[in-house]
Amino acid sequence: MKNLKNIFTVLLITLVAFNCSDDDDATMVVTPTGTDFSGTYTQQDQMGRPAVNTVFVSSGSKDTFNTTIPTDQNAGFQSMFEANLTALSPAFANPGDANALGQDAAAFTGLLATDVLNVSLDGTTTFYDGTNVLTGRNLADDVITVELLLIFGGEDFSENPTLSNDNVSENDKPFLASFPYLASPW
Amino acid sequence: MKNFKFILGVGVFAAASFFFLSADHIDAPAVQGGTSDITDFYAFQGEDTNNLVFVANVQGLLSPTASASASFDENVMIEFNIDNTGDNVEDLVIQAIPRDGKMYFFGPVAPGTTGLSSRVMTDATQTVVDITAYGESAMTETSNGITAFAGPRDDPFFFDFNQYSAIIAGDATAFNDPGTDTFAGTNVMSIVVEVPKSMIGGTGTINTWVESKSK
Repeated sequence: MKNLKNIFTVLLITLVAFNCSDDDDATMVVTPTGTDFSGTYTQQDQMGRPAVNTVFVSSGSKDTFNTTIPTDQNAGFQSMFEANLTALSPAFANPGDANALGQDAAAFTGLLATDVLNVSLDGTTTFYDGTNVLTGRNLADDVITVELLLIFGGEDFSENPTLSNDNVSENDKPFLASFPYLASPW
Repeated sequence: MKNFKFILGVGVFAAASFFFLSADHIDAPAVQGGTSDITDFYAFQGEDTNNLVFVANVQGLLSPTASASASFDENVMIEFNIDNTGDNVEDLVIQAIPRDGKMYFFGPVAPGTTGLSSRVMTDATQTVVDITAYGESAMTETSNGITAFAGPRDDPFFFDFNQYSAIIAGDATAFNDPGTDTFAGTNVMSIVVEVPKSMIGGTGTINTWVESKSK
């Protein structure tokens, strides 16, 4: 778990420290087709990390969360997330309780309330693979079990073992090694 | 004591009425069951490690029969948002919107305006792919280094949602081992786009999220 914490710290530092990247690659201008794309499109749903709205947002606020831009989510929802987390999980019932990333309820929900997916452009992309933490989301990542462990598993993933793993660890069809990666439909 | 904590936990659990339905499937009343309901979002390094892949799935829990008649809504745009400056504001978007059997992708491009309202960035790099029909092999298109797909696929999400529901309802006190994937045998409408990392920042960490926007 110490490794996990160290990696997470490095990740945080990376998040804070990295600078603007240039995105000045030539953009090819294509002559617009005759197809009509006019009009204004208004937000209905949004998603960054898996299951955040479904787990942490109270039932009356879910549509509001979906139409709150990420930079306003922390101010609008972190305290709700923290209240819901501490009510939900015995692993966060007592002061000082933390998850395996060393985050107490405030820190954990502070991370989650801004619902964006952090993705590395420099290598392994995974929600959590035992080594890398929050560097993307692969199709095969068992994100529910990771989240259940962080919610119910306590400081060392050992608490509430019957609630912290749904024991479904892979998809019902194998993924493809090549584009479009998702399996053909049933 | 452990038992007491456990029972207390489940009680609070039920009382709080958490609707932990799935990754994002049917997450909120306004979008539930509609064509703008995002079920899942993925972002990962491609088979060519110089590329990053974005996946947005909509319209979850489609049976094979329902998948044969499912379609993308021409009034719904799916927008991948990319922040590569660390402020959680989108610097680039990739927009996907269907017209007459094809999915049009625009970008990566700086959006006209950030936030909740968008117009389609028709002057941006355009990638157009035929929407794959149910039962057909996946049709893909590559241009300007960008590869695109749109059509029905197996829902890649897996979770024993039924047992979770039973726990919440107080009808069970634990997950089963092994569990049962509630999403087995169901499909989604999927949009997949693979872009060179050099088009979205090149190196470092991006923050990314997906939105559905309707006209």
